[in-house]
This record gives sequence, C-alpha cells and structure tokens, in this order.
Amino acid sequence: MSSDTLLRPADGPSAVGLRRRSLARSALPISAAAGVAIAVIGALTTDIDGVAGTMVVAVLASIVIYVTWSLIVEGRQRATDRFATTVIAAAAVLALVPLVSVLWTVIERGIAVLGLSFLTDSMRNVSARSAGGGLFHALLGTLEQVAIATLISVPIGILTAIYLVEYGRGRVAKVIGFVVDVMVGVPSIIAGLFIFTGLVLTLGLPRSGLAAAFALAILMLPVVTRTTDEMLRVVPNDLREASYALGIPKWRTITKVVLPAALPGIITGAMLAVARVTGETAPLLLTTFLTQSVNPNPLDGPQASIPTFVWDQITSGTPASLARAWGGALVLILFVTVFYATARLASWWFMGRRGMSVR
Amino acid sequence: MTATDTLVHDELGAAPASRKARWGDPIFKAVTLGAGIFTVTIMFAIGLFLLIRALPALANNSGNFLTSSTWLPDQSPPVFGIAALLFGTLVTASLALLMAVPVGVAVALYASHYATPRLGKVLAFLVDLLAAVPSIIFGLWGLAVLMPNMGGLLKWLNDHLGFIPIFQNTTGIYTKSVLIAAVVLAIMILPTVSSVSREVLVQAPDLQIEAALAVGATKWESMRMVVLPFGRPGIISAAMLGLGRALGETIAVAIILSALFEVNWHISEPGGNTFAANIALKWNEAGTNGLGALIASGLVLFLITLAVNLVARMVINRRRVKEGTA
Amino acid sequence: MAKRIDTINLAAYYRDFLAVDGVTLSIEPRAVTAFIGPSGCGKSTVLRSLNRMHEVIPGARIEGKVLLDGEDIYAESVDPVNVRRTIGMVFQRPNPFPTMSVYDNVAAGIKLDGQRRRKSELDDIVEESLKGAHLWREVKDRLTRPGAGLSGGQQQRLCIARAIAIAPEVLLMDEPCSALDPISTLAIEDLIDSLKADFTIVIVTHNMQQAARVSDTTAFFNLAAPGEPGRLVETGPTRTIFTAPTEKATEDYISGRFG
Repeated sequence: MSSDTLLRPADGPSAVGLRRRSLARSALPISAAAGVAIAVIGALTTDIDGVAGTMVVAVLASIVIYVTWSLIVEGRQRATDRFATTVIAAAAVLALVPLVSVLWTVIERGIAVLGLSFLTDSMRNVSARSAGGGLFHALLGTLEQVAIATLISVPIGILTAIYLVEYGRGRVAKVIGFVVDVMVGVPSIIAGLFIFTGLVLTLGLPRSGLAAAFALAILMLPVVTRTTDEMLRVVPNDLREASYALGIPKWRTITKVVLPAALPGIITGAMLAVARVTGETAPLLLTTFLTQSVNPNPLDGPQASIPTFVWDQITSGTPASLARAWGGALVLILFVTVFYATARLASWWFMGRRGMSVR
Repeated sequence: MTATDTLVHDELGAAPASRKARWGDPIFKAVTLGAGIFTVTIMFAIGLFLLIRALPALANNSGNFLTSSTWLPDQSPPVFGIAALLFGTLVTASLALLMAVPVGVAVALYASHYATPRLGKVLAFLVDLLAAVPSIIFGLWGLAVLMPNMGGLLKWLNDHLGFIPIFQNTTGIYTKSVLIAAVVLAIMILPTVSSVSREVLVQAPDLQIEAALAVGATKWESMRMVVLPFGRPGIISAAMLGLGRALGETIAVAIILSALFEVNWHISEPGGNTFAANIALKWNEAGTNGLGALIASGLVLFLITLAVNLVARMVINRRRVKEGTA
Repeated sequence: MAKRIDTINLAAYYRDFLAVDGVTLSIEPRAVTAFIGPSGCGKSTVLRSLNRMHEVIPGARIEGKVLLDGEDIYAESVDPVNVRRTIGMVFQRPNPFPTMSVYDNVAAGIKLDGQRRRKSELDDIVEESLKGAHLWREVKDRLTRPGAGLSGGQQQRLCIARAIAIAPEVLLMDEPCSALDPISTLAIEDLIDSLKADFTIVIVTHNMQQAARVSDTTAFFNLAAPGEPGRLVETGPTRTIFTAPTEKATEDYISGRFG
C-alpha cells in the first residue's frame, strides 16, 4: 500500500492552521445593544408597537447582527455554532418568560383583593357589580371535594401499584400498567363527562360535591398509581428478602416493610396528584351546580369550588368580579404551587437526580 | 410438642402465623389485583357510558355528524356536526405543537448539554413549575395580559404578510382568536414536551459526543450528529404527549376563544371552537338532546386523545425495552 | 507532514484537583510514542490535553505549554476545533456513530469543514482511509450498512479510518486495544506500524508487551504516592526503557513489582 496516496495535497484540511480569527468577547453585548436600538427606533417610527412586538424585534435583530458578524470574521462553521448556542439559550429564557409573567400578574392583581374578609366571606348577597364578598364557600368546597377524591384514589392507587410491583408478572400486569399510563393523558373534561353519564344520568347520583370528587378521583388515580409504582421499585430488594428470610409472609412484608420504606415518596406522589387536580375546572363544571353560598354538605346540593369560583367571576365580566377572579387565582396558585414545588423538591431529594416522572 | 418441634418452629419463625399467612397472601394479592382491574375497568367504562349516552342524540341527528358545522341539537329537527369543532381542535393543537416542540426541545437541550449541571436542574425545575399552574389561570392570564399585548404583532402580520391567508384578518379585531389560544396552549404543553425530551437527551452517550468533537465538530455539530438523532424517538413521543394534552385542554381555550361554529382559516380573527371548550360552554344551557350531542362530541375527543396517548406510550415503551430500563 | 509535539511543564486540573504535574516531553514525528504506567497516574489525562479534549469536561483545565511544531495550541487565538482536526483521537471503546453507515462514519469528519466536495472526491477519501485502516476489503461491499453492525475489532479500525480521513498530523490513541480480543489487537498493532510512516502516533497502553512491540519511544508515568498528582518519571527509546531504565520506579514497574 502506497503511503503517498494517504497524504492529502497541501490545500487539504490540515493546512488550515490552528489559528482562527475570533470574535471579540464584547461582540455579544454590542449586538444586543444594537438590536435593542433597532427595535426602539422601529417602535417609534413604524407600526410595531406593543411590548411583545418590540421585544421580538430586539431579540431577532440582535441575533442577526451577532451571527452575521461571526460569519464575516470566523466563517460558517463557527457562526453556525454561535447561532445554535444563541437560539438555544434564548429558548431557555423564552420558556421562563410566561412563568414569570403569570406569577407576577396573579400576585400583583390578586393581592389587591386578598384580605381576611376575602377568605372568610362567601358571595352570598353580593351582586356581581359590587366589590366585596369572598371565596370561603369555594374554599370549603374545594377542600371537601379534594379530600374525598384523595380518600378514594390514594388507597386504590397504592393497591394497584402494589400489584404491579410486587405481584404482577405476566400479561395482566403489563396491560394494567399500560392502561394506567394511558389514563394519565385522559382530558379532565372527559372524566367529568364520564361521572356525569355514568353516575349522574345512569345511577341517579345528584350533581353535587361528591360527584365532583369522583371525577377528581379518576384524574388522581393514575398519577398516584404511577408515582407509588416508581417509589416501590426504588425500595431495594434486599429489604424484601431479609424479611422473607425471617419467615414473614409476603403480604406482611409489603405492608410492614416495603410500604413504610416507600412512604415518603408515596406521600410526595399523592401531593403531586392533589396539586394537579385542585386547579381543575372542567370536570367540576359538569358535575356540580354553582352556588354563591356556603354548602358544607358535599352529598347534596350545589357546591362551589375555587376553580369554578374563578370561572364564575370571569364570566360575570364586571370589573369587581374580575378583581375577585384574580384573588381566587392567587389563592389557587399559592395552594397548587406550594404543594407541587414541595412535592417535586422532596421527590428529588428521595430519588436522586432523576426525580419522579409524572407525565 | 417435642423439643425438636419447638426448635423447628422457632427457626422457621412464627409457625402458627404461617397458617394464617396461607390465606393472608392470596387474599391480599386478590385485593391488589382487584384494584388494578378496577382501574382498567374505569377506562373501558368511560368509553362505554359515553357511547351509550351519545347514541340517542346521534340517532336523532338530521345533519351529518362529521361534516356539518352547525350546532343546534335542541331545535327540531336537531342538527349538529363536529366539523368546526374538529377544525378548531386540530388547528389549535397543531399550532401549539408547532410552537412548543422547537422551544421545548431547545430548552431540554440547553438544560442537558449546554448549562452547568446545577443551572440545568434549576431550569428544569422552573419549567416543570409551569406545569403546575392550573389551566384556568392560564386562561385568565391569556385574557388579561397576552391578548392586549399580541394585538400589535398580529396586526403587523396582517399588514405585511396578509397575502398569506392564515395571517389575513378581515375583521380588524385581533382578540379572542384561534392563534392566541394556540399560544396559550403552547405555553401549557411546553413543560410536558421539555421534560420528556430532557429525560431522553440526558442519556445520550458521552462517548459518541466525544467522538464527534475529536473529529473536529463544534458543540452544535456534536449535538446535531449524536444527541438529536439519539433522542429522536423520545422527542417524538414527547411531542405526542404534548399533543394529547393540547387536544383535551378545556378551560383556557374556553376563556380565550369567542365561540363560533365555523371553519375559518384566518386564524387571527376572533372565533373558533374546540371539542372540550364547546362542551364546557354549552353544558348548562343544553337540553336533553343537546347534552347527548355534547356527549357524542366528548366521545370523539376521548377516542382521539386515546389514540394519540396510546401511540406515544408505545414509542416510549419500545425505547425503554431497547435500553433495558423497562 | 507529520509534526512533533513538545510539552513544557504541562499540568492538568479537574477543577481544583491536580491530576498530573510537571510533564515535559517530546513526541517525535513519524514515530510511535507509548505512555505507560499504573492506573490513575494521568497518562490518559496527558493524552487528552494534547488535543484539547481535556477541557471538554466541565471545570477541567491545564497549565503549561503544549507546542505543535513550535506553535502553542492553547494560545488565545487558537480554535480548539481546529486543534482537534489536526490532532486526531481514537478512544478506548470503539465509538462509531450508530445512526450512520460505514461510509458516513468515515466521511463524518471530512464533511464538517464546510468545503463542498464532489461525491467522487469523497468516495476516494473514504476508500483511501479505509484502506489505510486495513478495513477496506472487509467493508467495501457494505459501505451503506450501519457502522455499529461490525465486530469490535472492525469498529475500532473504522474509528481509526474516521480519524485519519481528515488527514491529521498526529494520531492519539487511548488504550485502543483494551476492549478487543487478542487477534483484533494484533491487527491494530500491525496497523499502527504501517500508519507511523505518515503520522505521529501517541499511544496510551496498559499492556507493556504492546508498548514494547509497537513503540519507538516510551514514557513512563507514575504516582509518587496515593493522592499525589501523577508525574512523568522517565522517557527514552523503548529498547532502553525496557532493558536498562534509569529510574528505579521504572524498573520496578517493568519487572512487574507493582502496577
């Protein structure tokens, strides 16, 4: 084999040389400043007004300037790399903008209305146009409905997960597991429709807080099952085998050894499910009737809840109602995010880097 | 009992208890199996009950269920069709996907390969937090914050790119449109797409990435050559899970859209309707037949989301089996 | 075409941890230099510093100089991407790109420099590289099949073909045979012998016999004590190192008293 054929002529890639003309470090801030300048000028002179439009122009212009500059100085390969890095980083920022905006808006507008009376009054005798009133009736309703839903879904979910992890080996387990996963994706309104058609229409259950709780339970069930499943699998097998070796029967091993070991994670999973379901509006609209007064009885009669309260206030349309809607939104978001964030952080702490996947 | 008996019993643990345990185990197993079967039954029951309650209305329908856009199920004769709903649902969901998938994958890529591990975790946590925000709050925010601010952009699109039919706006009103609803939907499904993608991208083999770098690739090129092809199945299933969520989203859409039953390709004009939003909005004023019609549309939605989620899960499971993490 | 590498007081850090210190050596062009020494003494770290792969790990950095024919590869204006095109690397475990065919694997590096080439030109380069890696005959009828479908030894030769396709000046090999069976190992050693006519080669190896068979110069690295950074103990012509080493530590390692 001739070694000459392997040598590429001098204008091949290796003759490019190590050194590269490089973009100065200040190129990025300069491009950004130029982009903003262009956007501002554009806002003043053309018809692109509005915060969103100006920001979009600023970002796009900055990127175009930066990448073109790099293209001229550094060449195509490097410019493409910079373009990709910039776009990807911009996407990361973009993804956070709605979160910040939503939280900010809810806090800003909700705080105006939040007060002791907001939390302790109901909307009884308060007309849509007047200010005042509160969401106590909704708060009570949500607490009751979510509590009932939790009481129903958590035991069933845990039991199902136990079957999947500790007993299930064959096709039955596979089918159950698969169905549970698919169930996670059932739209909440379908759960409401089901309870309505199945229990209300067919079995005569009245539209009530209880019906709502059933619908919420359907939504919680697959989440609880899935997270409990993951937590049970994390329990090391050595623990089970040590228990069997002591002559303890399987069912006792599960209840006295495995479950307690997985308990923190199971609670975390239940909290995630609660957080998911507390803010659901659609199933409640279908299974309950709205009311402005307090109804502590979930079994009978119309019962409010925080999401339907917000919905009701939005559809009333008056400024006073809208303000109350923001107040309700603030209460809701406080509850949900605190639950969710705590559960997520706890799950990372228990399960290491991956945390629980609740999709 | 002889001494030997006692000894044997002690070594094996509680002998009397073992007799108890002989029926304890099968009962416990049966109970847990029952719980599992119950769960599966619910899924089937959903489809079954929806079908049963939808049939009377479907039988009465003097319009074509699939192609008609009218929605008058309580008049006589009743006429209702899901064409407009199908259009609205598919368009909002597809637009949302179109916006959410590139951003979601980019965020996942940033968190998994560009950011420092700590920053990546924080970013992932914050994006996940977005998933916790209830949809009614997104609807409220979309109504109060996004809509007023998007007007300028949409008007610009009409004025300068209006020759493209979808950007055209003949009404001069830039609120309550399918496009705005799609943006809100995109924000809502972003965490789903992003976190499922991230789970996959994080597992891309470092060895391959180094091989690419060693051959003279830039960072982006190594992503393009190794990480993205590796993550493609996961990204596809992430997109499908996001699609499933977008299809079923009710309240945010209901708040934002001004419900009109028509097929309108000018997506920045007010109007449009989706299955889920329609059910929510029309529910309390519907008569018996009206309810049946809504249930029928719910059945269609159920089947569509079921199909999407099924395929998505199958793709994920196939990947998991290949990697041996199933 | 092949160039020499000189390091001057090279030290490599992983964040605050000093992994290897005070490495000053010369790597002769068109020859094979072997790095030997016990596990953990920094041979691979030094190797990866030679083509700026070390810094890919977050927090990793070096101090000192690395010169390619006198040019400092860590200078401000030097692009690491260019360094890696000039100094190629083959890894311990064969890592062909799984989603690409054999052809595309070899061509992967060539396509990155952005020059438009005619298909026939690419075909020629791929064929030459596969021939140079002693793999052509085995794969010429399956160029479009996935690269990952080959045996371990073939995959490693594919990686070598991929590395030499971009015509680097230097080829770094990080224990290239440690994941392979003895027959494939011998094949690769023969290959190294024929490659050194055109390239400067540096090979890290755990296998002393391999170092003795294959290399012209040998550098012995060692840890003074556990927890200390690795150091270059001795370097010299292979025959000398293996028959009459200067340092006692070298002699102990060679004769198997430790390592």
